[in-house]
Amino acid sequence: MNLAATRAIYLFEMARWGRTLLQSIVAPVLSTSLYFIIFGAAIGSRVPEIDGVSYGAFIVPGLMMLLLLTESTSNAAFGIYFPRFTGTIYEILSAPISPLEIVIGYVGAAATKSIILGLIILATASFFVPVRIAHPVWMLAFLVLTALTFSLFGFIIGIWADGFEKLQVIPMLVLTPLTFLGGTFYSLNMLPPFWQNVALMNPIVYLISGFRWSFYEVSEVDVRISLAMTLGFLGLCLVVVWWMFRTGYRLKP
Amino acid sequence: MTTIISVSNLAKTYASGFQALKGVSLDIREGEILALLGPNGAGKTTLINTICGLVTPSSGTVTVAGHDHLRDYRAARELIGLVPQELSTDMFETVWATVSFSRGLHGKKANPAFIETVLRQLSLWDKKDSKIMTLSGGMKRRVLIAKALAHEPRILFLDEPTAGVDVELRRGMWQVVRQMRDNGVTVILTTHYIEEAEEMADRIGVITNGEIIVVEEKAELMRKLGKKQLMLRLGAALAAIPDALGTYKLELDADGRALTYSYDTRADRTGITTLLNAVRDAGLQVTDIETRQSSLEDIFVDLVRQSQ
Repeated sequence: MNLAATRAIYLFEMARWGRTLLQSIVAPVLSTSLYFIIFGAAIGSRVPEIDGVSYGAFIVPGLMMLLLLTESTSNAAFGIYFPRFTGTIYEILSAPISPLEIVIGYVGAAATKSIILGLIILATASFFVPVRIAHPVWMLAFLVLTALTFSLFGFIIGIWADGFEKLQVIPMLVLTPLTFLGGTFYSLNMLPPFWQNVALMNPIVYLISGFRWSFYEVSEVDVRISLAMTLGFLGLCLVVVWWMFRTGYRLKP
Repeated sequence: MTTIISVSNLAKTYASGFQALKGVSLDIREGEILALLGPNGAGKTTLINTICGLVTPSSGTVTVAGHDHLRDYRAARELIGLVPQELSTDMFETVWATVSFSRGLHGKKANPAFIETVLRQLSLWDKKDSKIMTLSGGMKRRVLIAKALAHEPRILFLDEPTAGVDVELRRGMWQVVRQMRDNGVTVILTTHYIEEAEEMADRIGVITNGEIIVVEEKAELMRKLGKKQLMLRLGAALAAIPDALGTYKLELDADGRALTYSYDTRADRTGITTLLNAVRDAGLQVTDIETRQSSLEDIFVDLVRQSQ
């Protein structure tokens, strides 16, 4: 293993993040805090409890998940797309480094960033609403697994994209709506039966439900199914990345 | 001299169907400066990029110090530094950070003293904390060279190192390349400046239409393929070449005051003595004699024209 190379990529990516703290930390934390203030504290105080959890606390796992998914995806996508765009990717591709080491460097850095952001959001949330974590280990497991999976997903988008627009399309037009409709702000049980079934086709539902279970032990679907869905998507992303490097898709002519 | 890179029957056809390399074979010797000379689109960059792992070959093999460049890519790539043609840089990074990054990428432990030496050699030391975006084009090119040298490679590929660089900087670049060679680094450079190949190279490979049409020691190439010309300045203008000199394939210049005779330096008999005798017998007065050797440029143009 060329661990020095993985470390170089990882630190390079973390340094890039460090240069843009305002955009990379302050902005997402501020926008998520606004959700807490508006939905948690202001409107939430007039919404009845859901499954015995106050509304403000109920939305915390969903909002963390929203941030985790969008930040992991867009961070990792940008991380690998930018060197492709500027041409500096030549150096990565001609270095004595394996695809696995490249992926660990880029995806590891993107996942680290979104885990840090998730934890900052959690800390911020506890200022506004009473947060309780029933299964901290599972909470962290879901956090890490989701961050890794969606960083990997972002990496795929970053290789697939051939313009800045495509880079934004998936996070903005697919992930954000699916997360909003995936039970960030409500329980699926509040929907009519027909829409409940429709909602179950949304993979994000399983992520939020499992994550919320680790906080409050309430969930819409079995937590094992949530875990299996996350691992399944992780596996799928790994296969796609493996295929991309094997064929040199959009990397090598 | 030992061979450090061996390319054998390397072919590359792009997805568009364009055949960029048509079975190229080439041995690169350790410690030499090899110039790959060819017109635009000849396949120079594809050849370099394939050796360096940026392009997947359609067929053929490459070994670097005995290591297959695909199966044993780690060992092969560790030995190689690549300076691409495009000025692709991390514009928001500092010179120091980007050069150190390159060293890490090749699995080498940090060595600030070595990076300092490289930056000083390339006159970049006082720019080490500058962001790359603030540097001039010539400096960016040198940053790319510093990046390529950061992991102490034994082989350096320079793809068009002086394209778009002014004359003074070009001479500076040549000096840098010579210094690399003196440090024991094998240098392969592509160029379409013939002057550059003539100035720098130990050997020259001419590549066109995806094929290497000749690889030869520079001096040998010029001796073998070069022509020499003898020009006789005449005391009085001629209207036409005298019949007595008709067998010599002479050319008369426009004002009739000079005769040019082309000859092969390798031939046993150049025919110069008999020509001079015939000139005297024809009663022509010669006021001056000049000889001229064809330049690499003439040779190159001839070779490329022949292959087409």
